[in-house]
Amino acid sequence: MLNQQAKVLISGQQNIQLQVQEYSRLVTHFDIQYHQMIDYQGNPVVSPLPAIATDRDQLIQLYQAMLKTRLFDKKAISLQRRGQLGTYASSLGQEAIGVAIGSIMKDEDVLFPAYREYAAQFLRGVKMSEILLYWGGNEQGMNFQGPQRDFPICVPIASQAPHAVGVAYAMQLRGEKRVAVCVLGDGATSKGDFYEAINAAGTWDLPVVFIINNNRLAISLPQNKQTRAQTLAQKAIAAGIAGEQVDGNDVLALYIRIEQAIDNARRGAGPTVIEALTYRLCDHTTADDASRYRSEKELQENWLYEPIKRFNLYLTQMGYWSDKDEEKLITQCKGEVESAVDEYLHTPDQASESMFDYLYATLPSSMEQQRDAVMGKETLK
Amino acid sequence: MTEVTLLDAINMGLCWEMSADPSVVVLGEDIGLNGGVFRATDGLQEKFGQQRVIDTPLSETLIAGMSIGMAAEGLKPVAEIQFMGFIYSTIDQIISHASRLRNRTRGRLSCPLVLRAPFGGGIHAPEHHSESTEALFAHIPGLRVVIPSSPGRAYGLLLAAIRDPDPVIFLEPKRIYRLVKQDIEDNGEALPLDVCFVLREGSDVTLVSWGAMIHETMTAAEQLSASGINAEVIDLATIKPLDINTILESVSKTGRCVIIHEAARTCGVGAEIAAQLAEQGLMSLFAPIERVTGYDTIMPLFNLEKEYMPSVERIIAAVERTLEDL
Repeated sequence: MLNQQAKVLISGQQNIQLQVQEYSRLVTHFDIQYHQMIDYQGNPVVSPLPAIATDRDQLIQLYQAMLKTRLFDKKAISLQRRGQLGTYASSLGQEAIGVAIGSIMKDEDVLFPAYREYAAQFLRGVKMSEILLYWGGNEQGMNFQGPQRDFPICVPIASQAPHAVGVAYAMQLRGEKRVAVCVLGDGATSKGDFYEAINAAGTWDLPVVFIINNNRLAISLPQNKQTRAQTLAQKAIAAGIAGEQVDGNDVLALYIRIEQAIDNARRGAGPTVIEALTYRLCDHTTADDASRYRSEKELQENWLYEPIKRFNLYLTQMGYWSDKDEEKLITQCKGEVESAVDEYLHTPDQASESMFDYLYATLPSSMEQQRDAVMGKETLK
Repeated sequence: MTEVTLLDAINMGLCWEMSADPSVVVLGEDIGLNGGVFRATDGLQEKFGQQRVIDTPLSETLIAGMSIGMAAEGLKPVAEIQFMGFIYSTIDQIISHASRLRNRTRGRLSCPLVLRAPFGGGIHAPEHHSESTEALFAHIPGLRVVIPSSPGRAYGLLLAAIRDPDPVIFLEPKRIYRLVKQDIEDNGEALPLDVCFVLREGSDVTLVSWGAMIHETMTAAEQLSASGINAEVIDLATIKPLDINTILESVSKTGRCVIIHEAARTCGVGAEIAAQLAEQGLMSLFAPIERVTGYDTIMPLFNLEKEYMPSVERIIAAVERTLEDL
């Protein structure tokens, strides 16, 4: 098969001798790296550990943020069960991803969440009461008083990915050292929006990082029915950009890898896709019953690997954390959550006519009659 | 004053606004180096550079979605979808995000983008290149849908669309891209959105149309005038929000209304105009409202496109029906 002579007839006139070395050859090949720093029993698996691994204050901040999100989540579900909140999407078991993202991003960066990134949103200054307002049926919950440029929760799967590309393009055009961070679920990687976004991000080398919260279930669909791809990170390869896997329950590994990706984006070294492997310990939303499609055994197994217990073990082993600290933190977080719930429950509904208030910069005169009708001023003709 | 085609006017409008406002960017497929498949963006990349005149990958969802991001971040993107037949991939982005970003964030973020697309039949184009589906967008709260019908209105309305703080779907009637020339002043003056233009005054019947069909409608009006029928012609121009007042005012004078559009009949924009006339102007009407439209069929391939599209004869026949009771 090798080194065969081939005769090619061109235009019926010339014979050209071609040296054909092989019929097929390896053009290029790719690898996907998996990153972990602390195993599920809280033991370091790399040596030496990065500096942050012995920075007590910073570690405790990460821990606090995870625990606070979990307590918020629990409270939100109980509000929903009592009829005080609409359908709610929990982030149980996936807190480490949001915490790492929110801890690394700078204020001037822009976050594009899906709907399980409360941890990141809280660290960026979104109020707990705002998240409750959103799921409680009030658009004011998307009018963040904190991060003014952050996008709100995105329900249509993967549709926020092209927005992140547009924002990153604007940042690059203006020569700003800002970064767009887009978070998506595992199901999102099957959608064209995701591919179109990572492809364009690669084309223009944009300052954007895509983080896949691979919680193994897209509502009911497990990954092996979502795709034949062995990893979701490898989808980055098709777009010509960096892709890697991280233990999504290991807040330290997430911190280091996301920090690297965001730094790369910020200094113009291009976009990255990070697949964070975690597990959805909750139902899809409060309107879902995961026992229809997932075994109790699988659920219980995955509680072994969840991020908060693991990090607690690490902190305890390092002598940074005690039961007393834990108790104090829980009391403090619960107080914070309760006051957010109080603020939420005491926020008045918007006026009926508010549905017209932000439809356009200025309401077209042809719509004034409808607005008046809602206000009871006039019967709609 | 320069005598230009509708296509030239689009190019001039883009050029003016890119010069005047550094936040304006133009993006789409083949729009840079190639100047667009119709040449609407010809010369812009040379003048304003590759960063502001952006050749995108072949990704319509991306084009719409990234425009939303750009707009929210303070740019003023003017995106081209090569043909309206390829606009449907953008609909999720337009409906789920562009139209409602201001509303869902209570004004914190907004979406001042323009999505341009050539539309309509009559140029013997291949399959998927000839539909008129403006009504899909006209149904969506939070959008503006604007359709010019002359070089002057293309220039003025495009400038207005780019300067508008909300998303505008700007549909260009490609059949008349090069059909007529008009003297226009390249002075950066915008025309008002959200209002109709009365192109011809008359007392016997009101003809309402938009886009390329304005030309059949004006021809019909001229032929009717030869037989003593005075038609008033209104160019809708902004399809949404609808300026019903100008139409009501006209119908209160003429008592008759014929609506002409190339798009399919059922749930077309004509249906909305007729409904609003029935609600608010019934007492002015001497005759039932007539619609002259494309049929409720798939737009045929070009051998039959003439049969599909409203003709001067069909418009005149409809007008005559409204006058039968006299």
